[in-house]
Amino acid sequence: MSGRRIAPRQAQALAQGLGWFSIGLGLAELLAPHRVARATGLQGHERLVASYGVREIATGIGLLTSRDPAPWLWGRVGGDALDLGTLAAGLRPANRGRERSGVALLAVLGVAALDLACVLSLRPSRPRLPMPLAEYRRRSGLPRPPGAMRGAASDFVVPEDYRTPEPLRPWGGKAA
Amino acid sequence: MRALRWHGKQDIRCDNVPDPKIEHPRDAIIKVTSCAICGSDLHLYDGFMPGMENGDIMGHETMGIVEEVGSEVSNLKKGDRVVIPFTIFCGECDQCRRGNFSVCERSNRNKSLADKVFGHTTAGLFGYTHLTGGYPGGQAEYLRVPFADRTHIKVPLGIPDETLLFLSDIFPTGWQAAVQCDIQPDDTVAIWGCGPVGQFAIRSALLLGAKHVIAIDRVPERLAMAEAGGATVIDFSKESVVERLNELTRGKGPEKCIDCVGLEAHATATIDSMYDRAKQAVMLETDRPHVLREMMYVCRPAGTLSIPGVYGGLLDKVPFGMAMNKGLTFRMGQTHVNRWSDDLLRRIEQGQIDPSFVITHKVGLEEGPGMYKTFRDKLDGCIKVVLTP
Ligand SMILES: NC(=O)c1ccc[n+]([C@@H]2O[C@H](COP(=O)([O-])OP(=O)(O)OC[C@H]3O[C@@H](n4cnc5c(N)ncnc54)[C@H](O)[C@@H]3O)[C@@H](O)[C@H]2O)c1
Ligand SMILES: [Zn+2]
Ligand SMILES: [Zn+2]
Repeated sequence: MSGRRIAPRQAQALAQGLGWFSIGLGLAELLAPHRVARATGLQGHERLVASYGVREIATGIGLLTSRDPAPWLWGRVGGDALDLGTLAAGLRPANRGRERSGVALLAVLGVAALDLACVLSLRPSRPRLPMPLAEYRRRSGLPRPPGAMRGAASDFVVPEDYRTPEPLRPWGGKAA
Repeated sequence: MRALRWHGKQDIRCDNVPDPKIEHPRDAIIKVTSCAICGSDLHLYDGFMPGMENGDIMGHETMGIVEEVGSEVSNLKKGDRVVIPFTIFCGECDQCRRGNFSVCERSNRNKSLADKVFGHTTAGLFGYTHLTGGYPGGQAEYLRVPFADRTHIKVPLGIPDETLLFLSDIFPTGWQAAVQCDIQPDDTVAIWGCGPVGQFAIRSALLLGAKHVIAIDRVPERLAMAEAGGATVIDFSKESVVERLNELTRGKGPEKCIDCVGLEAHATATIDSMYDRAKQAVMLETDRPHVLREMMYVCRPAGTLSIPGVYGGLLDKVPFGMAMNKGLTFRMGQTHVNRWSDDLLRRIEQGQIDPSFVITHKVGLEEGPGMYKTFRDKLDGCIKVVLTP
C-alpha cells in the first residue's frame, strides 16, 4: 500500500460501503449464477459462483452489524484471494471466456486493494493510556496486599435469603 | 440548570432545563456535587433498552447536599450530605420490608405499564427508562429524590466525594453479586467483565474470603486493575476461557460464576456471537447472552450463577437444559442498594477499602456527552468517569 492511511471515520464509512457491496454482489451470485459466470468467463462453475455468493452475503451482514468490522474485512480479503485464484484459473488458454476472466481479475484486484487499505486503516491504534499500565496494576483500593485482605470482611453475616441451600453446600462447609 | 439528556441512540447532550421542584411531601431536592456514568447508562446510550423518551435526563449514581425537603421528610434537613441509591424505594411495602428494595411495589409511578411488561412491577429507578418510572436522573445540577425519607444514604463530612459516590450503585452491586454467591472458604469465584462492577465484585469476593478469584476481560488496563485486586486474569481475546477455567480448577469448573457484563457481551468470532449479532441487528433478539452461555457451560454442577449484568428482554439459544441438569442456582436482580450500604459505609470508614481506586476520569458535566463515548469504547484507558456539575 502507499502507506497513506484513510482517516478512521472514513474507513468506518468505507467498511459499511463494502458491506453493502458484499451483499449486492452476493445476491447477484446467488440468484443469477449463470449470468455472473458468463460475465467473468467462468461458465461451468455456476455452483462455485453461487457458493461464493453465500460467503459474500455472510461477510456483508457481519460488516454491517458488528461494531468492529476488522475481522470481517479480513474475511473479505481472504475471499478476494479465493476469487483471484478462481479467476486466474480462468486465464488458461483453453478457456473461451479468458478475456472476460482477465477483466474480472483486474476488477477484483482493485476491490482487494480497497479492502486491504480499509482494514489497515482501521487497525486499532491502541488508545493511549492516561497513566502507565503499571499504575493500574497498583490500583487495588485495599490498604494491604490482596493476599492479606482475603476474608477481611468475614464478620459479614450472609442474610438467610442469600444462603446456599444446605444440600448444595460443600461437606463440612461453614457452619452458622 | 444543566443536565445530560438522552435524545436518541448515541445522542446525549448537555442541555439547559428547568430546575426540579418538590412535587410530593416525601420528596427532597439535592444539589449534586458529584455523579458518575455507569455501564447501565451505556445500554441506554446504545439504544438496547426499550422505554426511553427524547429529553430524558440520564444518571443514577449521584451524591450531593440536601437543598430542600418536603413536609413529610423529617429525617433530612437542608445541608445534609447524602449519597442517593439508584433504586427508589418506599420502605413500607411487602418487598421493602423484606429488604428487596429494587422490587419495591410502590416507587414505580408507571406501575401499570411495568405490570404489563414484567408481569409485576419493579422499583422506580433514576434516569432509567419509563418502564421503571421515567424519573429524571442525577447527571445534572439538581435532582429530585422521591421517597427521600428512605431513598438516601447519609454520609459524614470529611471523606471525599470520590470515596463515597459509588455507594450509590457499583460498590453495593459488586458486593451483592458476591453475597449472592454465599462464598465458602474453598470457593473459586470466576468473574466475567472487569468494568467498574467487575472490579468491585472481585474485591468483594476477596474480602468475603474466596479462596481463588478469577477475572475475565480483554482490555489490558482493566485486567491490570483486576490483578491489583488479587484476581488471576484471563484475556478472552487471547485464550479459551473454558479451557483456562478448567485448568485452574483441576477440571472441575468454578463453584461460583458472576456475570458483570450483561447484554452487550463481546466475543471473539465464535459461532454463537455471530448468530447473536445477526439476530440483534434484525431485532429478533434483544440481548447477546454469550457470557451466560459460557457460565452455564463451565460452572461446576450444583454451583451458583450470580448475575448483576443487566439484560433487557429476549435471549436466544440459552442452554437451559444444561443448567437444569447441572442443578445450577441462579441469583440476579438490580441491587437492593440500601440493604448493604450502611455496612459498606462502615467498611469504608474503617479503611477496609477505598472505592475511589476505580476512577480514571474526572471532568465537568458539560464534557459528559464525549465521556459516554470514551467510556463505552474504552478509549484513553477509561474505566470510570466522575462528573462534577
Ligand atoms: N444489577 C445492578 O443493579 C447493576 C448495577 C450497575 C451495573 N449493572 C450492570 O453491570 C454490567 C457491567 O457494568 P460496568 O459499569 O462494569 O460496565 P462496563 O461496560 O464498563 O464493563 C463491562 C466489561 O465487560 C467486558 N466484556 C465484554 N464482553 C465480555 C466477555 N465475553 N467476557 C468477559 N468480559 C467481557 C468489557 O470489556 C467491559 O470491560 C452492565 O450490564 C451494567 O448494566 C448492574
Ligand atoms: Zn448503574
Ligand atoms: Zn416499597
